[in-house]
Amino acid sequence: MTHIDIAGLEVGQEIGSRDFLLTRDSLVKYAAASGDFNPIHYRDDFAKSVGLDGVLAHGMLTMAVAVNVAIDWVGDPGKVIDYGVRFTKPVYVDASVGAVVRVVGKIGLIDPEANTVRVDLTATFDDNAVLGKAQAVVRL
Amino acid sequence: MVNPQSQGKKYPATEPYLVGREKIREFAKAVQSVNPLNFDVFAAQAAGYADVIAPPTFAVFIQEHSLGPVLADPDVDIDFSRVVHGDQRFVHKRPIVAGDELTGVLEIASIKTLGAHAMVTMNTDIFANGDELVCTAISTLVVRGGE
Repeated sequence: MTHIDIAGLEVGQEIGSRDFLLTRDSLVKYAAASGDFNPIHYRDDFAKSVGLDGVLAHGMLTMAVAVNVAIDWVGDPGKVIDYGVRFTKPVYVDASVGAVVRVVGKIGLIDPEANTVRVDLTATFDDNAVLGKAQAVVRL
Repeated sequence: MVNPQSQGKKYPATEPYLVGREKIREFAKAVQSVNPLNFDVFAAQAAGYADVIAPPTFAVFIQEHSLGPVLADPDVDIDFSRVVHGDQRFVHKRPIVAGDELTGVLEIASIKTLGAHAMVTMNTDIFANGDELVCTAISTLVVRGGE
């Protein structure tokens, strides 16, 4: 298990980044795994009928993939004790090429007493931030 | 139009949901986790867990179950076709582990109206095996008003 020394960390320091390719297949798999079968996540005609440009990723899928950056750093998904996001922009998933969401994690806050660190995540698709205030508190 | 009087309303616990090892693996794969503690029982046990653990957002599964009765409640009057997911947060006491039997108890924490729009925040306390609080899932739905 990764051991991170809290004394060696600095606010603003980048802890990792990863590109996540979301395809239509990814959305179908997430729908099955999560039980969220809203047709805006697999039917273009339906998505357009409610005023969207087309099929978009589940916000919860974007949220779930983004926190992997914090987990990859800390090594244990069970150490993420508090994780919240705001959904700011849709991630439209092209039927042939999908969509790439780029996630970067930086240290936002260090609490040596609680031995926790807040990782601030940015998730970008098509030059737009798709999550706002994406913050994961991890116990070291 | 969402009824602001339903703030504070609490719903009965959801039917118990038994978290299976393969369900955790399926979910972890779907969210592109590469962490062995989501997949490998021996790795999870070496890290001190009884079995494979779920990714932090897995609790959404129970939250969804708890949300059903609210969306169907004429007292609250949420038009789901006008709903956008605004915010989501999970506060964990411990990770969800395969073998947990989970129930969710939802409370409407707040309803804020802004013109014809409403923001409904709901807290779902998720318990393992009846009474051990594992996670609180906090979800804010934005209900757009009619024209």
